[in-house]
Amino acid sequence: MARSFAIKHQPGFTAIAATCFVVLYLPIVVLVAYAFNAATSTSEWGGFSLKWFQSAWQNSQVIDATLRSFQIGAVAAILATIFATMAALATTRTAPYRGLTFKYAAINQPLMVPEIVTGVALLIFFSRIKIFTGYSGLGYLIAAHTAFCIPFAYLPIRARLENMDLTLERAAADLYATPWQTFRRITLPLLWPGILAGLMLAFVISLDDVVITEFVKSGGQDTLPTYMLGQIRRGITPEINAISTVFLLLSVVIVTLFFFISRKRD
Amino acid sequence: MPDKPGRNAIEVKNVRKIFGTGEAQVAALDTVSVSIRENEFFTLLGPSGCGKTTLLRLIAGFDFPSAGEILLHGQDIASLPPFKRPVNTVFQSYALFPHMTVAENIGFGLEMLGKPKAEIKARVAEMLKLVKMEALSGRRTSQISGGQQQRVALARALAPQPKVLLLDEPLSALDYKLRKEMQIELKRLQHETGITFIFVTHDQEEALTMSDRIAVMSSGKILQVGTPWDIYDKPAERFVADFIGETNFLTAAIANIGNGKVRATLKSGATIDATVAEGFQPKDNATVVVRPEHAKLTNGKGELSGAVENIVYFGTDTHIHVRLDSGEAFTVRQQNTRSAGCGFERGDTVGISIGNDAAQVLRD
Repeated sequence: MARSFAIKHQPGFTAIAATCFVVLYLPIVVLVAYAFNAATSTSEWGGFSLKWFQSAWQNSQVIDATLRSFQIGAVAAILATIFATMAALATTRTAPYRGLTFKYAAINQPLMVPEIVTGVALLIFFSRIKIFTGYSGLGYLIAAHTAFCIPFAYLPIRARLENMDLTLERAAADLYATPWQTFRRITLPLLWPGILAGLMLAFVISLDDVVITEFVKSGGQDTLPTYMLGQIRRGITPEINAISTVFLLLSVVIVTLFFFISRKRD
Repeated sequence: MPDKPGRNAIEVKNVRKIFGTGEAQVAALDTVSVSIRENEFFTLLGPSGCGKTTLLRLIAGFDFPSAGEILLHGQDIASLPPFKRPVNTVFQSYALFPHMTVAENIGFGLEMLGKPKAEIKARVAEMLKLVKMEALSGRRTSQISGGQQQRVALARALAPQPKVLLLDEPLSALDYKLRKEMQIELKRLQHETGITFIFVTHDQEEALTMSDRIAVMSSGKILQVGTPWDIYDKPAERFVADFIGETNFLTAAIANIGNGKVRATLKSGATIDATVAEGFQPKDNATVVVRPEHAKLTNGKGELSGAVENIVYFGTDTHIHVRLDSGEAFTVRQQNTRSAGCGFERGDTVGISIGNDAAQVLRD
């Protein structure tokens, strides 16, 4: 019997795989290691210390930016998830019709349009509104984050809806449940893992955003990523490493939760 | 046959269901009318694609007819949504709610009807007892077997005491032995609850053993409605005779119509008495059917004669395939005994005697 083509058995596979992993993870390992450096340099090891974590914790600018990031992320993720859920219901609980594919594309547009274009467009658009209304609060950032988080929340919710057995909703209707009761008692509970997964994904995406935030934010509205970017321009201290390490830990926790929730079947 | 007025649970009147538009139009149901009586175990029987499930969906309210009326106890329900119809369904896939326990599933319909908690609890207990599932009431539906899921689906559909229970091939996912058990169980439940059952199946044996009456469907039409005995022994059309059991088709010249009886002259020249199908239009040549167990093989003379082509042993009986002198094929089913063989061998020249009340003339 001829052996089927298995990429694992091709010469050089191990080396290529190892190189990829090294390029991907070594810089992160180094970054995390130097977060515990006692020296002020990010290239010379001066012994183990937690002082940069302490210094970041006492830096009111860091705390402010972090809280702002969480605030924007939480509100935007919740809004995006609500819109995404409605969009997912509207695009799956319907017979296919002309233009449905166009709607998928429109909903997922932020995944395809370069962020920089969206950023510039929002900058111009919001500046007009700012002049017109005089309002310059966090609302702009929240609106922008909500918009680009929608596709990320939409995808896991739609996947779950598509895998759901439609007979269940029919059975509920057969057992005297009105459309709203069917949604409340059957669709929503079964959709819940998808919604939570979408919410977490949207939150992580919002926390991580630099480009659009950089364009949209007003003075004094730094989020954690834009604050870090600003600091790096003035030279890196291990404080940035410490903040990155905490950020990394947080992302890993959320993504792990996301993985377990979306794997849960019933 | 005339239906007794006021005793019909469901009346389907001239219902059409068209899928698609323009050129691609398909009539899933082509002007179907049928009355289903109260307390009846009524079966819609036919091959896949015959429209039986479409008709069931129209009665349940998952789909709406393109034309015609569906009456429930005299009231037109054809345009009501499913949650406003006092009709419940047992789905082929059971469709149990995976995030609820067995008891919650059974109580769901009553809860949606806004019944008080105490009443729901009592009714659920009663239903659990009816389907012998008391011990598993707290289980998730993923933690019970296929046969148990089937019972829960039944209990859930029966709990709100529907006027009519619809069953969409509910036994098709079960293995042979369990299916036999559930057939008896379904008959018992129907008898105990007194609810009208409308049962959809493609399995003719299931239909014959369980039903009070059967409607045989093909290509969106109901061909014949009758008791299992009617359908088996007095088929109206070739499709019905062929779909239900094995049978022999013979061409005959028909004469002397009167009182539902005719004299049919077979190609062999012999003449036999035959009953005629409802709606038979007098004509010279027609098809006569004779069930294999209603004919006898003889060594001497019979209405037909031919040569034995093949002998197949089935345990309870033996099927003897004969090629008639006219060229037609004919099968005789002979009951087996322990001591002797069937008494014939391949190549034997044999006669076939057809009993007095064995032949039926089809209308098509």
